[in-house]
Amino acid sequence: MKLTALLVLLLSFSAFAQLQQVQEPLVFETQQQQDRFDQLTKELRCLVCQNQNLADSDAPLAHDLRREVHAMLQTGQNDQQIKQFMVERYGDFVLYRPPVQTNTYLLWMAPLVLLLGGALVLRSNIKKRTALLGDDQVNDKNNHETS
Amino acid sequence: MNARTLPLMAFALLVVLLIVGLQISDKKTELPSPLLNKPAPAFDLPVLGNPDQRLSKESFLGKPYLINFWASWCITCRVEHPVVTELAKLNKITILGLNFRDDKADAQAWLGKYGDPYDVNLRDADGRTSIDFGVYAAPESFLVDPNGTIVFKQLGALTTEIIETEILPRVAAWESEKR
Repeated sequence: MKLTALLVLLLSFSAFAQLQQVQEPLVFETQQQQDRFDQLTKELRCLVCQNQNLADSDAPLAHDLRREVHAMLQTGQNDQQIKQFMVERYGDFVLYRPPVQTNTYLLWMAPLVLLLGGALVLRSNIKKRTALLGDDQVNDKNNHETS
Repeated sequence: MNARTLPLMAFALLVVLLIVGLQISDKKTELPSPLLNKPAPAFDLPVLGNPDQRLSKESFLGKPYLINFWASWCITCRVEHPVVTELAKLNKITILGLNFRDDKADAQAWLGKYGDPYDVNLRDADGRTSIDFGVYAAPESFLVDPNGTIVFKQLGALTTEIIETEILPRVAAWESEKR
């Protein structure tokens, strides 16, 4: 019984942990707007602490940029326009998902190239081994016949 | 290429990659500004200490100037301060101080304590102009040519070397063009 009470108490604290977020209270007109805000701030990088996104960062710049994103959502700008706003000021680096363009072809194509390369190596290895295996079988056969 | 040279080649390639990585690692946090060689963003801000007077980008057209984003909370700005003071003493270029995301009294106290090398200081209290300039660290400096185009950007503190190699030659070139 005591244990249950303790567990209930501890669990109730976890609710406070949830509330303890870096976000300032921003008011949204619709749930859809809120969702878009969450999505955008997850995909935009905080420039000050470069391994955090805008949603997670408590840096003053992140506060200001969240406010900008919020204001732009309020004035009815679409996601593309908001991202463009950030890229014009901070460059492609602000996007966690870099756009496919000439200087990022290598980045986007590398996994495919590596996969193809791996497949080629695998194929040549299999070929070599089957050839060896085939030789062994022939040798075995010959050995049987002579003995 | 046989089975023995292949791992060796792969290793050599890896070494090259690591060397390149090490060499650029210092510059990794420095991002190229997308604003370079583009028109400076428009601004219209009150003068620090004289809020009735506002200055805009248009007020500065026709002459080159250096925008220096600074704040009293910025420690590197204090390190940079003597360098900016030296540049101001040369009297070769207008230095526009952009005090951003700062308290007015703090900013004025800072200038009072360390000296004011700026030709004029503008107040960007909410940091909106600093966002337009893509400022994400302080200090940051932008050299703007007489046509209002950003020709050079320094992320972090200006140094005597940067002033001598990047700023003064450009100013000299504009002056000789004018003649």
